[in-house]
Amino acid sequence: MATENNFAYNSKIEGDLVVTKLDTAINWIRKHSVWPMPMGLACCAIELMAAGGSRFDISRFGMEVMRFSPRQADCMIVSGTVTYKMAEVVRRIYDQMAEPKWVVAMGACASSGGMYRSYAVLQGVDRIVPVDVYISGCPPRPEALLDGMIKIQDKIQREPSVKNLLDRDMHKAPEKKTTTAPAHA
Amino acid sequence: MESALVEELIKKFEGSTQRESLDIPAANVPADLLLSVAEWLRNEQGFDLLMDVTAIDWSEDVSPRFTGIYHFASSTKHNYIRIAADCEDDVEPELPTLAKLYPAANWHERETYDLLGIRYKGHPDLRRILMWDDYPYFPLRKEFPLAGIETEFPAADVAEAAGGAKVIPAPMMGGPFHAPQTGAMSKREPRAADQSWNEEKPKPNND
Ligand code: SF4
Repeated sequence: MATENNFAYNSKIEGDLVVTKLDTAINWIRKHSVWPMPMGLACCAIELMAAGGSRFDISRFGMEVMRFSPRQADCMIVSGTVTYKMAEVVRRIYDQMAEPKWVVAMGACASSGGMYRSYAVLQGVDRIVPVDVYISGCPPRPEALLDGMIKIQDKIQREPSVKNLLDRDMHKAPEKKTTTAPAHA
Repeated sequence: MESALVEELIKKFEGSTQRESLDIPAANVPADLLLSVAEWLRNEQGFDLLMDVTAIDWSEDVSPRFTGIYHFASSTKHNYIRIAADCEDDVEPELPTLAKLYPAANWHERETYDLLGIRYKGHPDLRRILMWDDYPYFPLRKEFPLAGIETEFPAADVAEAAGGAKVIPAPMMGGPFHAPQTGAMSKREPRAADQSWNEEKPKPNND
């Protein structure tokens, strides 16, 4: 009788092999080694630190390697109030991160400006960088951050990474403008 | 508030007057005497600390429109004094800097310049301290709306990379919000009217 087991891969007969799609393999590797860039700008950063501690233990998901250099990180966690003055810096740091990269807006401030309806505060970090996951709360508890990070993992798992690798234009870098001198008549 | 110190100050510096105050002794002094008053307070009256520098905008239709406020404290006599000086010009307000007497004045005056636009004559480094350098407004002036005014983004290249980001007025959504003073739940909510309940002052049972 042909059961499902008969058709499946049998390692006893065929050896220690796993057959998979390249996308799935790459995504599986990527999602279990996210290197966050902690963009801690206000009170939410305290919860981000708590998530990194042993009690909430973000390393269960392979994300404990927080890097303060954008060149060594691939997921920016914007945790805090982004003022317009800081917004410039946030975008420059984002541009310095290597592809592929993701952005998490942690908390009300980063998602929408939060309670700071004021002249000085950027009303949501999605005005300057593409955000993948928004986390509600003021501040979100570390569990909420972990939940958001698991959502990022799901998102990474669904990405067409091989196609992206070949295209290399997931997030186009701003083109350098060459200014030409005005022609003299 | 009566105080021998303020009386002495008024006698010594012509044009100074008593200033109404609920807490500490206070005096109004003419702006051009501000430096000598501060020097006198520091060298002869033992006011070795400058606690605060700020200013008041009395609104556009009042003249003098801007008043600089200074709080001095003495660490030996343990007392405070508040000095106020009106700016002569209502359009381009100006005051002498105290940064050379009190290093603490440096950043305080930068903040007052940043938010209210008072220029401090002789300040060693009068740049904005909170808003970015080429921000065109003074946000704590009375005519400036809380939500802000549409402006260019601090860095042009970043604004372009971010798809034309701008500094926009914040959506107020009917705000600013605070707990209502009447109606449902208003008795339960702690708010500015000092209704924080504790052991000494238990929550009144109105239900
Ligand atoms: S969302 Fe709340 S906790 Fe987070 S930075 Fe803003 S004010 Fe602070």
